[in-house]
Amino acid sequence: MIKTLLGEIREYKHDTLMTPVYTALEVVMEVLIPYVTAWIIDRGINAGNLEAVVLYGGLMLIMAFLSLYFGTQAGKYAASAATGFAKNVRDDMYKKIQTYSFSNIDKYSTAGLVTRMTTDVTNLQNAFQMIIRIAVRPPLMLVSSVVMCFVISPDLSTIFLVAVAVLGVALALIMTHAMPAFSQVFSRYDDLNASVQENISGIRVVKAFVREDYENEKFKKAAGNLKNLFVKAESLVALNNPSMMLVVYGCIISLSWFGAQHVVAGSITTGNLTSMFSYVMSILVSLMMLSMVFVMITISSAAIKRVTEVLNEEPDMKNPENPVTEVEDGSIDFDHVNFSYRSGDGDYVLKDINLHIDSGQTIGILGPTGSGKSTLVALISRLYDATEGSVKVGGRDVREYDMQALRDQVSVVLQNNVLFSGSILDNLRWGKEDATEEECIEACRLACADEFIEQMPDKYNTHIEQGGTNVSGGQRQRLCIARALMKKPKVLILDDSTSAVDTATDAKIRQAFREKIPGTTKLIISQRISSIEDADKIIVLYRGAVSGFDTSEKLLETNDLYRQVYETQVNGGGDFDRQD
Amino acid sequence: MSEQKPQKRKMNFSVLKRILGYIFRYYKWHFLLVIACILITALCTIQSTLFTRTLIDEYITPLLSASSPDFAPLAARLMKLAAILLLGVVTSYSYNRIMVTVSQGTMEHLRCDLFTHMESLPIKYFDTHSHGDIMSVYTNDIDTLRQLIGQSIPQIVNSAATICTTFVSMVIMNIPLTIISLCMIGVMLKTSGNLGAKSREYFIRQQKDLGSVNGYIEEMLSGQKVVKVFNHEAKAIEEFEQRNHALRESASNANKYANIMMPVMGNLGNISYVLCAVIGAWLALSGGFGLTLGTLVSFLSLNKSFSMPVTQISQQIASIIGAMAGAERVFEVMDEESEYDEGYVELVNVKEDEEGNLTETTEKTDLWAWRHPHQAEGTVTYQKLQGKLNFYDVDFSYDGKKMVLHDIDIDAEPGQKIAFVGSTGAGKTTITNLINRFYDIADGKIRYDDININKIRKPALRKSLGMVLQDTHLFTGTVMDNIRYGRLDATDEECMEAAMLARADSFIRRLPEGYNTMLKGDGGNLSQGQRQLLAIARCAVADPPAMILDEATSSIDSRTERIVQAGMDALMKGRTTFVIAHRLSTVRNSDCIMVLEQGRIIERGSHDELIAKKGRYYQLYTGNAIAE
Repeated sequence: MIKTLLGEIREYKHDTLMTPVYTALEVVMEVLIPYVTAWIIDRGINAGNLEAVVLYGGLMLIMAFLSLYFGTQAGKYAASAATGFAKNVRDDMYKKIQTYSFSNIDKYSTAGLVTRMTTDVTNLQNAFQMIIRIAVRPPLMLVSSVVMCFVISPDLSTIFLVAVAVLGVALALIMTHAMPAFSQVFSRYDDLNASVQENISGIRVVKAFVREDYENEKFKKAAGNLKNLFVKAESLVALNNPSMMLVVYGCIISLSWFGAQHVVAGSITTGNLTSMFSYVMSILVSLMMLSMVFVMITISSAAIKRVTEVLNEEPDMKNPENPVTEVEDGSIDFDHVNFSYRSGDGDYVLKDINLHIDSGQTIGILGPTGSGKSTLVALISRLYDATEGSVKVGGRDVREYDMQALRDQVSVVLQNNVLFSGSILDNLRWGKEDATEEECIEACRLACADEFIEQMPDKYNTHIEQGGTNVSGGQRQRLCIARALMKKPKVLILDDSTSAVDTATDAKIRQAFREKIPGTTKLIISQRISSIEDADKIIVLYRGAVSGFDTSEKLLETNDLYRQVYETQVNGGGDFDRQD
Repeated sequence: MSEQKPQKRKMNFSVLKRILGYIFRYYKWHFLLVIACILITALCTIQSTLFTRTLIDEYITPLLSASSPDFAPLAARLMKLAAILLLGVVTSYSYNRIMVTVSQGTMEHLRCDLFTHMESLPIKYFDTHSHGDIMSVYTNDIDTLRQLIGQSIPQIVNSAATICTTFVSMVIMNIPLTIISLCMIGVMLKTSGNLGAKSREYFIRQQKDLGSVNGYIEEMLSGQKVVKVFNHEAKAIEEFEQRNHALRESASNANKYANIMMPVMGNLGNISYVLCAVIGAWLALSGGFGLTLGTLVSFLSLNKSFSMPVTQISQQIASIIGAMAGAERVFEVMDEESEYDEGYVELVNVKEDEEGNLTETTEKTDLWAWRHPHQAEGTVTYQKLQGKLNFYDVDFSYDGKKMVLHDIDIDAEPGQKIAFVGSTGAGKTTITNLINRFYDIADGKIRYDDININKIRKPALRKSLGMVLQDTHLFTGTVMDNIRYGRLDATDEECMEAAMLARADSFIRRLPEGYNTMLKGDGGNLSQGQRQLLAIARCAVADPPAMILDEATSSIDSRTERIVQAGMDALMKGRTTFVIAHRLSTVRNSDCIMVLEQGRIIERGSHDELIAKKGRYYQLYTGNAIAE
């Protein structure tokens, strides 16, 4: 986990290294300064020598400025290294997510990924900065302070050694108990936030059922539990400060006792004794920092886990060794295809599908909710891999193609289609990056989107809001179809993509398809008989199996399911929503 | 990126006051105890600092000149000091531990108050604020408060106490040196102020860049499948890198200024130390102000403990500013006006005797009544709930400017089924949102059983109306829990009956754990159709006197819809129902069909009447039927 993250430092290695180097220099200065103050006291004040005071004072000033310089350098490098590290992590996460297959994407929620890439990475950045900047400080400070003490008086220094050992054990004990408590806290915290999220998006349901009090009670209970866990974890951390004080005070008292005897015996000077008191303070401060670093690491360990999870997720679909980049034609074959979203659980969404579709045919797909319609077409452009059996396009197994080439030539309009913020042209050019405006208009004519776009004030330059919220559902669907047409695909798949388009326009779109792109194989999933009735053949799916595959007339004779749907819809069926 | 003007964020003291108010409301004594403990701890700490002087002046110097040093008095004195310091350790632990309770307790109260208040906000609030934004109040903003209450506040109290005690001791020891120290503190404060301002400027820019990165990720990832289908990955990465790079720039600068705060402050402290040492030595040597050697040495360590808390506070400033901004956002939500409920008419279950007298009962009967309290006489009267609903010339606007509904008149007799048809955006959903008062009308009147709906308490009104909404939302919990959401005291059997009525039973039984299957993430593991069936079952178990079905069956295929329809018909029997549907089969058997266009009812009548009229409905109907 940590190794993955260390690999993200890359071009910021220099900055990352310089930080502790400068910090170390700064620490050296900080450690030497009390030594000089001892000289000020002993050789200046005690000796009644003002010149010495000024001399050593000047020396100390120089050291203070050096320390200032080193400190600011360290701070600068630390900021650059930490934010650079965070940038790399975000970049890599984003790039990694782009390699995810559909089944990888299904695993994460958008909100979850956004949190991982922002809040979690920010936590990592802070922890990283803290570590390179501060983590080297306390141990260095500790060691050099102890060394200085040894220089002054080896005898008295044993006091520090004992103290540091005692404190180290105490801190280790506290932290080993606090860490698991904290990770428990953070997982509970996520749950609480998830329930808030639910309440925000489902607020209408809450209000419609007058469940405000019920939700409040639920939340109070969860918040109370969270609090108790937090208190448990933080109570342990609250021991940090007092135990450090205890040790430091112990040092002061023993130092006073033994120090006084040493001074009287003449083995050290008064100034030296005062410096040693300063070192006690330095040691105290560095230990406090050390424990803060521990807390920080604990808090960020959850973030580390969540970030590396994204980075280490293996995309479960790979390009073949020698990929084929040209799709011969638009013929499609399903050969004994079984499919399950979770491989190995035997819960098949598609069961033994065998189909042959000729290039250029128009195929309708009909079936009840959950019968596997979307899954069936998703296999054609290799959004998912068949669990068993083989799916062929243009006579070749889809797994032999370069994925990008396949998806360029098999164009899908997904059920939950999305437009992105940007102009209409920007959105259309997703289908073909270098498309001219004429090409875009042509695609829109085919999809019957041209008529409403022309009525907009900025026409093709009209800005689309995020998610396409400023156009109606039917308009959005037509834009999505146009975008898919931009690829000039060999196979076009519409997954319930005209549900919000009125029937007359729907018919016009299909007519345009027939006349303008006769060579393209068209697969149309629809709940509306009228949208698929005139198809060359209709696939009727029921519970993951093909229940009928024939023309509408034949199916009316042979397929009960089809006949039932047909009768309900044609005798008083159809759609009311008319989109403008 | 446009150059941003430096924005200075001043500390908002009213926010701070409010946070302290929170602490005081629930933890007054705890907090006072904490302050007392901090003071005692600070006093004990100063004892240890001052002891250096005592040690040198009163013990070491005399001992040095004594021919036979007697260490016994020193030992006694050290014992006394040990006792005092031990007390300091105890009080230090006490305040650290109590502060955990105070900060976490306050956080709990804040969270609960925030949540409770949020639940009381009108729907309009949720329409006008992005969900991500509201969410970030719970995650990012509340978290900054945790740090403020748990760390910054005690730290400041502690530092302030240290500064005060140190200052007093310094004044007692030597006034000129104190003045020098004070001057240096002034310099330190000024410097930290300047650095802080610089850092804040970049922090604000960083937040803005973070927002831009956040928005981009959110948009692209929610359309990630489209990105894949269009092979748009490389382009998406390129654009992301640009934004990410800008974020790094501002973050790096912001952190740089925050980072150099510590060395700058620490070394200003050193300079202050040197100044005091030199001037102190000169004073001591010239015998001015009675400065002894021991006093000077002690003063120098006081000088250190004087600048340390100032450095610490200046380091806290960044997080305090952040916390204030967070707190402001938390309180902003809390200050939003709650849904206003001026109603007084209640909905109750009643029993009816032979003479038609109604008596209120707590048991569940099939009979509902409106309870009118008459305050003047102190009596109550009951009126049977029938389900009659009338709109009189209702106008409505979401924003007070653009009217979305005009002159809506509707007469729904008890038990009737009223259907709304029309294009998206014609105002169908809006009308139903007015009935249950998700929004309040601009003009006109809505009466329910001839009672102005404004007089009915909102919970009573909403309980009387079962709703199946356009977007289905489910909650984390089992399938059973989700159905029971409709009526909390429903038994398992009643929930299953409701599921059967909604024809949800058969798919539920096929789930891995049947009714006990856990749903997570808004029922993400169910298909859209299955979720809607559950929503219908949830409404069925509530058994409401009237119902609103908003395109409840739009995502169910026609065959499943027909099955559901049969169940729905049984459910609708005897209840006034408003249906928004876009399928003819759903609408045909309605008692009255309203055709809406651009916020107006342009046609109304039964199916046959409207067909005979050969107007808009006829067009829509035949247009659909003869589309091929």
